[in-house]
Amino acid sequence: MIPSAFEYRRAGSVDEAIALKREAGSAARFIAGGHSLIPLMKLRLSEPSVLIDIGRVPGLSGVSEDGGRISIGALTTHADLESDPLLLAVAPIVAEAAGEIGDQQVRNRGTIGGSLAHADPAADLPAVVVALDAAIHIAGADGPRAVAASDFFRGLFEVDLGEDELITAVSFDRPSRAAYAKLRHPASHFAIVGVAAALTVEEGVCTGARVAVTGASTHARRLSAVEEALTGSRLDDDSIAQASAAASELGDVNADLAGSEEYRRAMTRAFTGRAIAAAASR
Amino acid sequence: MSVPISVTVNGRLHELEVEPRMLLVHLLREELNLTGTHVGCDTSQCGACTVLMDGDSAKSCTVFAVQADGASVTTIEGLSAEGGMHPLQQAFWDEHGLQCGYCTPGMIMSGVDLLDRHPDPSEQEIRRGLDGNLCRCTGYEHIVNAIRDAAGGAK
Repeated sequence: MIPSAFEYRRAGSVDEAIALKREAGSAARFIAGGHSLIPLMKLRLSEPSVLIDIGRVPGLSGVSEDGGRISIGALTTHADLESDPLLLAVAPIVAEAAGEIGDQQVRNRGTIGGSLAHADPAADLPAVVVALDAAIHIAGADGPRAVAASDFFRGLFEVDLGEDELITAVSFDRPSRAAYAKLRHPASHFAIVGVAAALTVEEGVCTGARVAVTGASTHARRLSAVEEALTGSRLDDDSIAQASAAASELGDVNADLAGSEEYRRAMTRAFTGRAIAAAASR
Repeated sequence: MSVPISVTVNGRLHELEVEPRMLLVHLLREELNLTGTHVGCDTSQCGACTVLMDGDSAKSCTVFAVQADGASVTTIEGLSAEGGMHPLQQAFWDEHGLQCGYCTPGMIMSGVDLLDRHPDPSEQEIRRGLDGNLCRCTGYEHIVNAIRDAAGGAK
């Protein structure tokens, strides 16, 4: 399958990428790993007239920590996240979710920035960054800005990202206890449902909870009813089961060949329970 | 409008002009006549087109040739420099790790990445490492055995 013809530009810096995008207009797209965009272009569901390659912009790749705040460059590949020693030590939820994406070849090319910007309703990392209360760092012609992950995802493939803006990094505080549990589609490897849970626990009592789901609806979102049920409760099998039951209070739920609405609600409950239990045991 | 690129394929530097929409797999097969890299599903799923880019496995149907500018690409033809067999090729031969053979180049290239990450892989690690490669003959048992064999003997 051959994509429509396009012009190719390669950006050497974030500023140059934004300038190229402004010049090329709305029919231009950024490309990094291309593992969401190229398949769409081959199906001609996306036909950009100009591709601006940001894949080699220096300084946008890697994981670092400064004063308990972890920062991940937008061009960091899923494979690098999966094996990053810092993440494995202090935020294993990110490494384990990245390792659940696609397959090795996909993880070698796909990037965290691309995954978040594309915002596939069944992508893994959106749920993780929402649960970690991450900030999405964005560069644009008017300078840099940051937006909370839970505000970034707005709808089906819809995010808070202007036409001339691009994601440069994601940052979040070192999580206390966090885990991701996924029901993986056996063919596509996307999440039928995936749930990320980040908890703070003091002497067995949950004092704070952020729980987010992907795959269930149009975009990654918090499960507020679950969070409320967890907060203040002593974490045990019963309280986790009770809190997970609140996950069925999702709004509209996706139905497709991988699962009916009823099935997805049931799986969201089940995987919410697994994510909370895994986080609690960390 | 064509774009100049220079890409090293199997150790040899090529200076080429390519249309931006040309996929890496088509550059390899049609411009460089390296037809060992196969096109299977053409939708980033089956892994028949797997090559190494700077040492990491990639589906060459999902990479534009311009993205490989400056990269070092290894295909099945370049695994063994002297015309002999790479240990993985020998292991696929010894363990009969193929039926129709269509998926085999991709399986072997994924096997190289896999053994690079896990020099002594468990069966589970092998199966996970081959997640991105489909064998429609369903000959997975012997493929797994072959990779285990290449890693240093059956377990």
